[in-house]
Amino acid sequence: MAELESIGAPLVTSAPASASSVPATVVTPRHALFVRVTHWITTLCFLALLVTGAELVISHPRFYWGETGNDLTTPLFKLNIPSSRSMVPSGYSYVLPDQNGWSRYLHFQSAWIVILTGLLYVISLFFSGHLRKNLFPRKADLSWRAFSSSIADHLRFKRPNAAEAWSYNLLQRLAYLFVIFVLFPLVIWTGLAMSPAFVSAFPLTVTSLGGQQSARTLHFFVSLALLLFLLVHVAMVFLAGFTNRMRAMITGRPGTPTERT
Amino acid sequence: MSDLSSRKLSRRKLIRTGLAATAGAAGLGVAAHLAQKYGLVPPDHRGIYGLGETLTYASQRLLTRHSLAREFSSSQISKPPFANQIEPLTDEFKRLQAGGFADWRLSVNGMVARPALFSLEQLKSYPSHTQITMLQCEEGWSYIAEWVGVPLSRVLDVVGVLPQARYVVYFSMEPDTWDSIDMADALHPQTFLTYGMNGHELPVGHGGPLRMRLPRQLGYKNVKFITHLTVTDDLKKFGKGLGAAAPEFGYAWYAGI
Repeated sequence: MAELESIGAPLVTSAPASASSVPATVVTPRHALFVRVTHWITTLCFLALLVTGAELVISHPRFYWGETGNDLTTPLFKLNIPSSRSMVPSGYSYVLPDQNGWSRYLHFQSAWIVILTGLLYVISLFFSGHLRKNLFPRKADLSWRAFSSSIADHLRFKRPNAAEAWSYNLLQRLAYLFVIFVLFPLVIWTGLAMSPAFVSAFPLTVTSLGGQQSARTLHFFVSLALLLFLLVHVAMVFLAGFTNRMRAMITGRPGTPTERT
Repeated sequence: MSDLSSRKLSRRKLIRTGLAATAGAAGLGVAAHLAQKYGLVPPDHRGIYGLGETLTYASQRLLTRHSLAREFSSSQISKPPFANQIEPLTDEFKRLQAGGFADWRLSVNGMVARPALFSLEQLKSYPSHTQITMLQCEEGWSYIAEWVGVPLSRVLDVVGVLPQARYVVYFSMEPDTWDSIDMADALHPQTFLTYGMNGHELPVGHGGPLRMRLPRQLGYKNVKFITHLTVTDDLKKFGKGLGAAAPEFGYAWYAGI
C-alpha cells in the first residue's frame, strides 16, 4: 500500500517541470497501476453488460412500475423496437433472433467481475490517498466561481492546459465521484432487487424500490445514465488528445511535454 | 555492491512471488474441493461462464438456503394471470386430458426406499398448501398468483429419500423438457407440486394437471406438465450432464439469479 501512495499523480505545479527534466522511464505514472488495471477491466465488463443488457431488454421491451407487469398489463412505457420473442406485442411483424441464453450468462459473469474489481478499486482508493488527492474537489475549487468557470470551460470546449493534463478538473472529479459512489451502487442494488432468491433473504432491497418491476425500470434508467457517462467520457478523451490520454491510461506514461495538450 | 544486493533482493522477491503463487493455487484448489463437497458448484460450471455461475450459485446457497420467497396479499394477485406460450400438446397428453386425468400418474423413483406412482387424487389427499407468490420470466415480465399444491418434501417423505441423495430431477410430458434442483430447493417449504391456481384447478395453459413451483427461481425452472421425478446423487447421468434441458439450449441451470 505504501507503494501505491507514492505512485499517485504528482501535484499540478511540480509535475510538468519534473516530467521534462528526467528520462521518460522514471517519470511518475500519470495513472497509478491499480487505476489503470481496474479501469480496463471495468471497461470490458461494462461493455459486456451494456450489450447483453440491451439484448435482454429486446426480449421484453416494455417497462412497468410496481411489483408485476406483463403483456396483459399497461406498461409505464415501451420501446418502439422489434422483440426477440413472439409473444410480446411489439408492433413489428418479425421476431429478432433470440440471444438471451449467453447474454444472461455473460451479464452475470461480467457483473461479478466488475463488482469484485470495483471493491478492490474502492479499497485502494481509500488506502492510496487517490480519493483525497485526485477525486475529492480541491479546496480552491470549492467555490461557486470555480464551479461556474469549470462549467464555462466545458461549454466552450476549451482544451485542458498542460497543468490540467496532470490532474482532474472539478467537473471531472464530481462526475467520477457520482459514477463511483452513486450510479454503480444503484445499478448493483436495482440488479440484485430483480433476483427472486436474493430478495427472499433481503426483501427490503426490492420493497424499498416499490416492487420488482420498478427495480427493473430503475435498472434500465441507471444503465442509461452510465451509458451517458461513457459517451461523454470518451468524447472528452478525444477532445483532450486521444493518443496521449490513451497512452497514459494504458502504460502510465503521460507523453512528452510538447505532445501534452 | 549495489548490484549484488539488488540481485539478492530480486531472488528474494522471486521466491516470495513463487510461494505466494503456490499458496494461491493451493488455496483455489482447496476452495474448489470444499465448494464441491458442500454442494456449491452447479452442474453447468464448465465452460467460459462457469466462474459467474459458480459464484452466483455458491453465494446464494450460503445466503438464501432457508429464506422464504416474498408472499403477497390476495389483492395483489394479477388479474388475469398471464400464461406463456406452450408447445403443442402430445397425443398422450390429449388422451389423458380427455379422461379428466383419471389415468394420469406421477412416478417417483431413483434413490428412494419405496418407488411409487401417485394419482392426482392421492396427491390431493395430502394436506394442501397455498402460497401467493410471484412468477418471474427470464424475459422480464411477471405476475402474482395463488398456487395450491403439495410441498415436494411431503411426496419425498412418502417415498423415503435415501441419505446420499443430492438432486431431484423432474420430467415434463412436453418432449425434451426436464430439469433438476438440489435438495435445499427440493426440501424448501415453498417448493410445491402445484395442482391449483387462483381457486381453480391448475389450467393446462399454466402447466396443469401438475406443475413444479419454485418461487425463488425464474419461470423456466417451474416446469409444466410434471409426470416423473427421479432422485439422484449424480446429474451426469441425465442428458448431456448439465443438470437440465435448459443449459443444453444455453440457459443457466440455477435460475435464482
